[in-house]
Amino acid sequence: MAFFLETLLGGLMSGMLYSLVALGFVLIFKASGVFNFAQGAMVLFAALAMARFSEWIPGWLGIESLFVANVLAFAVAVVIMFVVAWLIERLALRHLVNQEGATLLMATLGIAYVLDGIGQTIFGSAIYKIDVGMPKEPVMMLESVFEGGILINKEDFIAALIAALLVISLSIFFQKTATGRALRAVADDHQAAQSIGIPLDRIWVIVWCVAGITALVAGIIWGSKLGVQFSLSTIALRALPVVILGGLTSVPGAIIGGLIIGVGEKLSEVYLGPFVGGGIEIWFAYMLALVFLLFRPQGLFGEKIIDRV
Amino acid sequence: MKLRKLAVTASLAAIGLSAALTAPATYAAEEQFFPVLAYRTGAYAPNGAPWANGYVDYLKLTNARGGVNGVKIIFEECETGYATDRGVECYERLKGKHGGATVVQPLSTGITFALTEKAPVDKIPLVTAGYGRSESQDGSVFGWNFPLIGTYWMAADVLVQHIAKKEGGFDKLKGKKIALVYHDSPYGKEPIALLQERAKMHGFEVSLLPVAHPGVEQKATWLQIRQNKPDYVFLWGWGVMNSTSLKEAQATGYPREKMYGVWWAGAEPDVKDVGDGAKGYNALAMQHGAEQGSKVVKEVLEKVHAKGQGTGPKDEVGQVLYMRGLISAMLSVEGMRAAQARYGKGKRITGEQMRWGLENIVLDQKTLDGMGFGGVMRPVQTSCLDHMGSAWARIHTWDGKKWNFTSDWYQGDEKVLRPMVISTAGKYAEEKKIVRRTAEDCKK
Repeated sequence: MAFFLETLLGGLMSGMLYSLVALGFVLIFKASGVFNFAQGAMVLFAALAMARFSEWIPGWLGIESLFVANVLAFAVAVVIMFVVAWLIERLALRHLVNQEGATLLMATLGIAYVLDGIGQTIFGSAIYKIDVGMPKEPVMMLESVFEGGILINKEDFIAALIAALLVISLSIFFQKTATGRALRAVADDHQAAQSIGIPLDRIWVIVWCVAGITALVAGIIWGSKLGVQFSLSTIALRALPVVILGGLTSVPGAIIGGLIIGVGEKLSEVYLGPFVGGGIEIWFAYMLALVFLLFRPQGLFGEKIIDRV
Repeated sequence: MKLRKLAVTASLAAIGLSAALTAPATYAAEEQFFPVLAYRTGAYAPNGAPWANGYVDYLKLTNARGGVNGVKIIFEECETGYATDRGVECYERLKGKHGGATVVQPLSTGITFALTEKAPVDKIPLVTAGYGRSESQDGSVFGWNFPLIGTYWMAADVLVQHIAKKEGGFDKLKGKKIALVYHDSPYGKEPIALLQERAKMHGFEVSLLPVAHPGVEQKATWLQIRQNKPDYVFLWGWGVMNSTSLKEAQATGYPREKMYGVWWAGAEPDVKDVGDGAKGYNALAMQHGAEQGSKVVKEVLEKVHAKGQGTGPKDEVGQVLYMRGLISAMLSVEGMRAAQARYGKGKRITGEQMRWGLENIVLDQKTLDGMGFGGVMRPVQTSCLDHMGSAWARIHTWDGKKWNFTSDWYQGDEKVLRPMVISTAGKYAEEKKIVRRTAEDCKK
């Protein structure tokens, strides 16, 4: 029982981290109707900026405090992600207003390659460290109930809390602020939103900036956990089944989807894996998402698309 | 008439031009082409780049020393991204360049598997120092594969010998549990056969835990380890998978002192980022470790880096994977030297002649010392039947800052390895209808 609970909790915490990356997809799709294939590349780019500046800044400014260096590096990384967002709008999206979804998807695919390449050229392709003081040692709980207790990874637990906070903030931003409502209006119909005076270019810059910040937070958490290197960009592939399951337009969907995928893949690996040779968690997540699609093509919380014929 | 003359002249000119363009290019006799299949981008770049830098730096050093009996080495790099399809594409693109490739080092067991059937057709030897197919040590079947100075079966064998020594003898392994955490690829699967063979012999239990590429998600794997509590964990990872394993071991409280990595899981990029969390972690050293103090490294710094021709960063020179690349290049260069000794010093050699050279490498300790490899590696002697040439390894341990050797030398046990090599190679020969090379063939 204790082992089952450990696996379950481990899955839930991994799921929260997937949700964090999935949020980036949802944000941009919700606000601009673009399926942003570059989200993984943005996570890597943001994490690289954070890792390298936290390494360079102490040398440049003679700072000894890790905390100050991290705060400054975070600020620089935020500015960099804003510049990236602005450039994406100016150089790519502005020219593709009212184009087909597939065209926009291909554009983001191109953006992913450019960001991957530029990121590694500027910041390097080795493994870099982000040290934000996350605890690495495990903690044991319920030792009086279960023999040996239940192991909780403190780092994953804190990361899950940060992810939850970010999700709540974003939900409030979308539901309660004028900018949030404008973002939703743009997503519904570019032309209609423009006709009532919503500035499309400004809205797109805002949403890519928000997605950039989400990518930065995800990059810091995943980077602190795994080290900052190219594989971070593949984390986005782990978030794809999450958005399929949760629905591309729903922030709560990204969370629930993440939790289901996280738990599903961990339980499948532990309990089904030994019967089929193991190493099944990645494809199991996709299989779960595909089975879901058969019954609910719009995902758990996605909006049902009804077209008049 | 004028028109006819003009047409004939034009036709002759066209024929002449076409002949000039299609004639086989002539290459300076003093140049030998080494393709370099490498990966400096993608998920495995942090580990692939130092290897490639060491490999290329040694080729540059060879040229700085005056080449091989005056023959300069030319090289061209192709990015494989550690992907088998791209590796095969690189091989096809480079094999005919600059008068033809002399030797290819794929730096991937997956690519090696794919090229094993192409090499005999193209007559280009594949050098796979420390990786590739373990049974390819049998040169009578795998005539073109050279897993020089180490195979995965040998590596697994040495690891079992080491833990047996720690436990107080092979008989003490009975009932012990060993978990193999491996990259779910041909590379990661290679040691399984040997471990299962040794498990039958000594009565220990092996549990297999595959990790999908690139290896960044291992929570379920380490929860299983926490539940099963193996006595030892063998790590057969590559790239980010290694550091992730160490981080998960820390997060689940598995003692790093009981973890043993293969030589591709025992370099600086695997542990640096983990720091103190990797303290006590052991890995196999494919003879060499980090060798910043060696003579050959000092020579590279003096003759290559000091002249602004270094391939990678200066502080990387002498690190574990850099040394692996450097030694891999040295072994190929020595194969070329041996071939020249037979087929003509100072002359360009063919792929077939290179194969003979690689089958007749004799590097005794005196020669190695003279080349600057004293203390770095042990003697190597290959033959037509033994394409490995040396089966020595030792253990080094990460102390939080650097790797230190923590064991004596071990030699792969031929009594265990040889029958497995012969039998598996025999099955391959039967399946592919390959006739084993005879003593006469070996002389060619």
